[in-house]
Amino acid sequence: MLISLFVACYNDTLFPDTGKAVVTVLERLGHTVEFREAQTCCGQMHYNTGYRPEAIAVMKHFVETFRDAQIICVPSSSCVSMMREHYPKMAKDAGLETEIEELLPRVYEFSELLVDKFGITDVGASYPHTVTMHTSCHSIRSLHIGDKPERLLKAVQGLNLVKLPAADQCCGFGGTFAIKNAEVSSAMLDEKIKAITSTGASICTAGDNSCLMHIGGGLSRQDTGVTCIHLAEILAAREVSVQ
Amino acid sequence: MSVRVGEAAEAPDFRQAAHALLANKQVRANVRRATETIRNKRANVVGEMPDWEQLRDAGRAIKRRVMRNLDSHLEQFEAACTRAGGQVHWARDADEGNRIVTQIIQSHGQKEIIKVKTMTSDETQLNPHLEANGIIPWETDLADLIIQLGHDKPSHIVVPALHKNKTEIRTLFMEKMGLKELGTKPEDLTAAARAYLRERFLRVKVGYSGANFAVAETGSVCVVESEGNGRMCVTLPEIMITMVGIEKIVPSFDDLEVFLQLLPRSATGERMNPYNSIWTGVTPGDGPKEFHVILLDNGRTKVLADEESRETLHCIRCAACLNVCPVYRQTGGHAYGSIYSGPIGAILTPQLQSMEHSQSLPYASSLCGACYDVCPVKINIPEILIHLRTRIVENGDRGAAERIGMRMAAYTMSDAGRFSGAQKLVKIGAKPLESLGLPGWSASRDLPAIPKESFRDWWKKRQVEKNKA
Amino acid sequence: MSAKTDILKNIRQALGDDRGAELPVNRDYRASLGLDREAMVHLFIDRLVDYNATVYRTDAAGIAGTVADALRSRGKSGLVVPPGIDPSWLPQGYRFTADHDLDYDTLDAAEGALTASTAAIAFTGSIILTHSLAEGRRAISLIPDYHLCVVFESEIRGTVPEAIRSLASRRTCPITTIAGPSATADIEMMRVKGVHGPRTLDVIIVG
Repeated sequence: MLISLFVACYNDTLFPDTGKAVVTVLERLGHTVEFREAQTCCGQMHYNTGYRPEAIAVMKHFVETFRDAQIICVPSSSCVSMMREHYPKMAKDAGLETEIEELLPRVYEFSELLVDKFGITDVGASYPHTVTMHTSCHSIRSLHIGDKPERLLKAVQGLNLVKLPAADQCCGFGGTFAIKNAEVSSAMLDEKIKAITSTGASICTAGDNSCLMHIGGGLSRQDTGVTCIHLAEILAAREVSVQ
Repeated sequence: MSVRVGEAAEAPDFRQAAHALLANKQVRANVRRATETIRNKRANVVGEMPDWEQLRDAGRAIKRRVMRNLDSHLEQFEAACTRAGGQVHWARDADEGNRIVTQIIQSHGQKEIIKVKTMTSDETQLNPHLEANGIIPWETDLADLIIQLGHDKPSHIVVPALHKNKTEIRTLFMEKMGLKELGTKPEDLTAAARAYLRERFLRVKVGYSGANFAVAETGSVCVVESEGNGRMCVTLPEIMITMVGIEKIVPSFDDLEVFLQLLPRSATGERMNPYNSIWTGVTPGDGPKEFHVILLDNGRTKVLADEESRETLHCIRCAACLNVCPVYRQTGGHAYGSIYSGPIGAILTPQLQSMEHSQSLPYASSLCGACYDVCPVKINIPEILIHLRTRIVENGDRGAAERIGMRMAAYTMSDAGRFSGAQKLVKIGAKPLESLGLPGWSASRDLPAIPKESFRDWWKKRQVEKNKA
Repeated sequence: MSAKTDILKNIRQALGDDRGAELPVNRDYRASLGLDREAMVHLFIDRLVDYNATVYRTDAAGIAGTVADALRSRGKSGLVVPPGIDPSWLPQGYRFTADHDLDYDTLDAAEGALTASTAAIAFTGSIILTHSLAEGRRAISLIPDYHLCVVFESEIRGTVPEAIRSLASRRTCPITTIAGPSATADIEMMRVKGVHGPRTLDVIIVG
């Protein structure tokens, strides 16, 4: 199948390895990946901060870019949530209702694509580490992604998945919230870090690099020895255990 | 007209208030323990309801029905209540509401009232108004009594004194009630409150309450409570006054069958709260001989006018959104500078004040969505927070720097060429993001180094190599 | 302009003239538990016990004897009763004071009150009073520290909706719903039973 990757602006700029990992996994499964270079951003930062006309401009660009794409894969649940929750309403203002209505069913978050569309949980990865999963707010409460990421992780060879306590609690990122209310955001992060370190995992993963940038920044600052890595990068890995 | 929501107009902004509260370990520990207790209890009693989602949908539908014809429902309520012997008053704002209350009390030559817990009177600041007119308002809910005796402010909609621990309460009671001895257990403190209030319940001639629900069809008023102080206040006095926000109307008596399931399970995690009192006008030989209802606007019609955030008025004040909110959990209610705290406070307070005050509140959220998930009437709080942020931006109330930055970012993001150019600017020297200046971020978090190559650059190279091969 | 005129005007401005049809409310939530009478009574008793109420079961002929049992076990010598109470419920050897507008201090000094009830809800353990002549005005089941309440099995409904609908003819009477003795969790979320309302509730279920 031809899959069009919407990598997300911040992954493109800050976390290119995540995009590369998505390409690796999809090609390993026998699919063809295309990357439309006209793509930029979903508009979430603008929309959530109150800049609606600006967000609509960005949305229009997304629609133009992906209008004829058959399957769009997005390794970021918060971008997918932005599209599903807010595009329909924004589309009314922009006169794009039909386009959005037709486009949205073709947008898949990465783990949705694998589990729902392809019906696959074992993608042939091997990753001999103890891993805990941070379920981002958008993935659980907006996409209702359930246990899809966990099922994918459980099928990874050598991976020891440990449950994160209070997993449904927000990590405190929240986009511009992390800066506008930095102190509260950091206090929320402290709780998340305590939960993560209590699991004994050496790796914390998620389907959103936005949360992971925030969590990873705290884990690194507190010198916990735990590192963050996007789910796609684990699924792309073929590490062999050194014994 | 002057809409007032407690002292919210004078409160410091959320970030400043949060800064001080985050340093108070005792309050944070109290808030955490209290909210965890209620949210676990709620989860248990909601979990046993196979029809919880249907009830939420019905609750939402009833509230939508109310709002769509609020005018006729209010008139219907007035007619029914009047027929049953009640007297209905209307108040445009807090001052007008308070004045009506004072006039009723003074016309009977009374100097004291006994009050059931009501957020609306905190909103209008009834107590200071009464005191200025020589009337003593006795708060009778245990938590409200703690707040009143301590000259404190409520920090939660349902359990307003949750920031106080029992040692603090004991000291307060001994001092204010003039007790030489008092045990340390919650039972001892509760018994002290019972003794302190008993005499007042039996003696004071004027009762005062809010209303959880006012039924248009029958003109009935419903007060939901636990301690029995509500029953005392609405039953024993000769004169009863109820001030109720105009949004508290429900169309029919049978609609109570929905809300009397949603509210107790959401608010206190009980299958049913110990007591509900429902009364209609005046009943000869039973209870007050005179009953007044004041229908209060105080900004509510302004909220009604904004279709995108109208459902803020659906709130039944259960505070479930506070108990699950990760932001509230860190700061407690005082950071919100309003008697309405937490997620619902963050949308209600600024709207009641026509967005003139409390503009930091819509930003006091990570938009995690936990509030929407637990709301018994399905208010989409995150969506309304974003809508209010949009209104603030539209009014030009955010700084020029942010506006210009956002416009530039949108300009960049709507064209790949410009975006790619910006990426190149960002990664000059591949410095950490810090060098771009993210104030606040770096106090607790390291920033990732900027990769040498963006994804799109990698992809381009890969395509070139593929084509060669 | 009066406040009423102003507020209604603001509402009409906010909502406009074209409101459309009244919005539907889907009431597909649960109305019945689908339990038989005995299972319902058991559920009701479970809930009451959960609230620390003591529960007695008897038949119509046994009410007076059961009232005597309850009074004996609580160490009481008499109770206040509503003016319309069924005299056959009152055992010999105890003092029953009919409430003909007793003043609050008398009620405060009373050992307790005995009343009938209108309905009950098994699923929530609630008792509903509509303050008929056999239930008395609200003050008598409120001020005394002990409430002994008679509930007939036929009054017990499964759910809140069933109970609310059963009140159709008594909607505008004063209504009190009682789920266990008064309680508070205002101090450190620790539940304390017994605040201002009667601190002890006993229930006689009559089959």
